[in-house]
Amino acid sequence: MKRIIFVVLLGFSGATLAEGGMLQGSCAACHNTKGPATQTLKTAFEKKGPDLFYAGNKYRQEWLVSWLQKPGRIRPAGMYYGGHIKAGAKGDEIDASTLTDHIALSKADATSVAAELMKMKPHDDLIAKEKIEPGTIPKQMGEMAFTKFLGCMACHLIEPEYGGLSGPELYTAAKRLQPQYMSSFIRSPQAWEPKSMMPNKNLSEVNIQKMVHYLETLSKENANAN
Amino acid sequence: MPTKLVLLLLLAAFSVQAQAKETPADNYKAYCVQCHGSDGTGKGVNVRDMTVVPRDHTDAKAMSGRSDETLFKAIKEGGPSIEKSILMPPWGATLSDEEIKELVQHLRMLCKCKFG
Ligand code: HEC
Ligand code: HEC
Ligand code: HEC
Repeated sequence: MKRIIFVVLLGFSGATLAEGGMLQGSCAACHNTKGPATQTLKTAFEKKGPDLFYAGNKYRQEWLVSWLQKPGRIRPAGMYYGGHIKAGAKGDEIDASTLTDHIALSKADATSVAAELMKMKPHDDLIAKEKIEPGTIPKQMGEMAFTKFLGCMACHLIEPEYGGLSGPELYTAAKRLQPQYMSSFIRSPQAWEPKSMMPNKNLSEVNIQKMVHYLETLSKENANAN
Repeated sequence: MPTKLVLLLLLAAFSVQAQAKETPADNYKAYCVQCHGSDGTGKGVNVRDMTVVPRDHTDAKAMSGRSDETLFKAIKEGGPSIEKSILMPPWGATLSDEEIKELVQHLRMLCKCKFG
């Protein structure tokens, strides 16, 4: 009996090592690497990291390679935010003691994991719908739209010390994300994550383009962050 | 036999829907707490830099000034639909009408109040 289990175990580890072992092994402990997206809040509350199963539709490969070697914080309140807040004098605040550092990979591992991740593209359909118009927006105008007219600052940092904390920081977004992913996600967060804590704010096409251009402007300014 | 099959299919469709519906407490915890705070008093983790503070949902005086229809509209279509701030987002793409109705009742529980 023991021997059979042993053989089975060997079989498994052999298989995982063969096809991108690390990703489906240690990374899958915290990340959804196979899909589908979370369909219930119960599982959304238990998430230990962002979904990676559509990584090839989402990230810039060069960002993955460098971030995986030197991972910095992206979501100020971790994942999920409700599990990392405590009551403070002025209301809810982040409980930093519950946030942990991300594991860092060697250059070789980061490069091969990034290459694996970039192959995972189940949402080519959503990406194909997006067309980014070439263009730029002065930072001031973009910021005005982002904060005043569209109300995005409530949940996102646009400077290390300015903005909301429940969503990922956005002053580094364009370095991290493909432009079509940004426009698709802003158009409909629920198309990617049905239980996303980001609402669909029903932006017009013009405003979606503005936001992508603005995030690109911001990331150029913050070239040295994360 | 065919009618039985139709019935079965209908049943399956319903049970899927029933499964997808979340409790108002969970919806509040997931989507509203980030701004309105874990105790509903409007002091969520996001408020530091906000120019308009989120409504204190436990404030019976203010909340009793709002009809259920107005609260429903604010949640589904966002602040501007009731002449309030853009910082209150629309949740119509996240929540079903039924879930929003239950959230309105959840707010009534938080404020221990009703309209009027
Ligand atoms: C202990 C849990 C844990 C493990 C194990 C883990 N991660 Fe993560 N990962 C996280 C969390 C939490 C975040 C979010 C960090 C943040 O936003 O600051 C994250 C973020 C990421 C991101 C950025 C995603 C984004 O959209 O912001 C990538 C890429 C990533 N992890 C890849 C990996 C890979 C590859 C592995 C395996 C080598 C791995 N992770 C192992 C918890 C984990
Ligand atoms: C109520 C809070 C909230 C508001 C308001 C909000 N977001 Fe988000 N946003 C989030 C959260 C949370 C995520 C992470 C997505 C997820 O986990 O489903 C996110 C993700 C994003 C992403 C992808 C970032 C990444 O690293 O994955 C972009 C781009 C973005 N938001 C842009 C915007 C823009 C533009 C607006 C205004 C129109 C906006 N957001 C308004 C909460 C918010
Ligand atoms: C991004 C931050 C944010 C999130 C998330 C948010 N709200 Fe709000 N909410 C606000 C702000 C700010 C106001 C105050 C608007 C004003 O006074 O102009 C407000 C006001 C309201 C009002 C109107 C109260 C009144 O009578 O004026 C209701 C109802 C409400 N929120 C319910 C909810 C519910 C339910 C949720 C979760 C589904 C939610 N909010 C999520 C920021 C938020």
